[in-house]
Amino acid sequence: MNVASMTAPAVSHAASDRAGLHEKVMIRNLDFYYGDHRALKDISLSLYCNKVTAFIGPSGCGKSTLLRVLNRMYDLYPNQRAVGEVRVDGRNILDSKTDLNLLRAQIGMVFQKPTPFPMSIYENIAFGIRLYEKLSRSELDGRVESALRRAALWEEVGNKLSANGMSLSGGQQQRLCIARTIAVQPEVILFDEPCSALDPISTAKIEELIDELKDDYTIVIVTHNMQQAARVSDFTAFMYLGELAEFDSTTTIFTSPKDKRTQDYITGRFG
Amino acid sequence: MISLYAGRKRRNGLMIVLAYAATAFGLGWLVLILGQLLWEGLSGLSLQVFTEMTPPPGGSGGLLNPIVGSLIMTTLAVLIGTPIGILAGTYMAEYGRYEKLTSVVRFINDILLSAPSIVIGLFVYEILVVSMGNFSGFAGAVALAVIVVPVVVRTTEDMLLLVPNTLREASAALGLPRAHIVLTIAYRAARAGILTGILLAIARISGETAPLLFTALNNQFWSTNLGAPMASLPAVIFQFALSPYADWQRLAWTGALIISFTVLALSIIARILSAPRKSS
Repeated sequence: MNVASMTAPAVSHAASDRAGLHEKVMIRNLDFYYGDHRALKDISLSLYCNKVTAFIGPSGCGKSTLLRVLNRMYDLYPNQRAVGEVRVDGRNILDSKTDLNLLRAQIGMVFQKPTPFPMSIYENIAFGIRLYEKLSRSELDGRVESALRRAALWEEVGNKLSANGMSLSGGQQQRLCIARTIAVQPEVILFDEPCSALDPISTAKIEELIDELKDDYTIVIVTHNMQQAARVSDFTAFMYLGELAEFDSTTTIFTSPKDKRTQDYITGRFG
Repeated sequence: MISLYAGRKRRNGLMIVLAYAATAFGLGWLVLILGQLLWEGLSGLSLQVFTEMTPPPGGSGGLLNPIVGSLIMTTLAVLIGTPIGILAGTYMAEYGRYEKLTSVVRFINDILLSAPSIVIGLFVYEILVVSMGNFSGFAGAVALAVIVVPVVVRTTEDMLLLVPNTLREASAALGLPRAHIVLTIAYRAARAGILTGILLAIARISGETAPLLFTALNNQFWSTNLGAPMASLPAVIFQFALSPYADWQRLAWTGALIISFTVLALSIIARILSAPRKSS
């Protein structure tokens, strides 16, 4: 029994495949509103350390919205608000006192479209590190290299670090964004459909990468691609019309879903 | 069906001819103006123009004092107007994008953008020239700055709005504070566009005459004193071109040529800057 679960007795750890897991993020009774429109309805689920959790569901079901609550990205826009509890290491991040910059440094995010900054490959990565750490040039070089190695990009760009980040191919840009995210050493990484703009080879590389990254991070991935969810994730949350229809281990969701809607979706009857 | 197609083809041919004719008509005037300008202006162009003061009628001289006056007032106007314009544009695009205030400011700014420059001249005349008791280079610079501000506000806002939100989100996702996102990401991405806006503003004010007549007036002597009346190319052109003296008229043409080429150069630089750059 770990500490997190003792302080949060409401969480059921009955399922045997969740025993011994460390709960990193706990979402309880979360509602989300775009103005008056309620886009998320009473969501409760947990994200576990060193596990990959996939959010799947038809377009508009709220999976990206849910992801954007986890680092409070929605705060950039007016008239969007979340009600409920999202606890990261026990601390409710929806609290108005939460420092958003520190939160986002702790919870990294990779977007659907690769978004390299308009600067060199090196700067793309060093940029984020410098924000929170004062490092010597050689330490910084080391961090940039290890981030690029970690993102399986070093072999391709190691000899042209001063090239503009925008000059890379789409798949390389996406790995650059992943390198940039892990360089600041977050604890959770959110992937918002990271492969939907990429070809199959780049997709395979990113999936492989996600699988390696889970040794160190808590990972959440939103995906339209059910095969991808089945390949990379340990847990899957199936969302439908703003509700969490079913949340279970990926194996269970894809082999013996309990909810009729999940069953229909994964067998391709709608979506 | 064939006749339908033939008819459409005929109409297409007709429209193309009309479009070409309209273009030729518009460009024709431009060619005539520029031709006249080159013809009249080049004949008076010499080193003397850049080294000597404006002459009395019948004497020999150049355009040094108005050239320097224009440079001083334009520079000062840009120094005053650009920071205000960039800051306001930044507020509108980055901080207050969804605020009501922003749409109000944008509306007023658009009015200011198209306000007749003579109105701006009168306004500065009332608040600066009247209160200070004399015409001055400073008042001229302020009037020009009032013209610079709306141009820079508009381009800064537009260029920042073109920066994709995904880039802002990506920087926010790294834990970047808002000010950092604006300074290091948004400005960097919009830099060429914002610079272009400033250059266009300079091009716009370098030919303005009306606001200067009410503010800096003119000066036939060498003066860099901002508290005193100051010569400027447009004002000298205005004065010399209307005069009955042939040598003054020639200098006016030459001055007009200098302004035109400055504006042309600025526009070309702006074009190069704003051209979609191939990522290297």
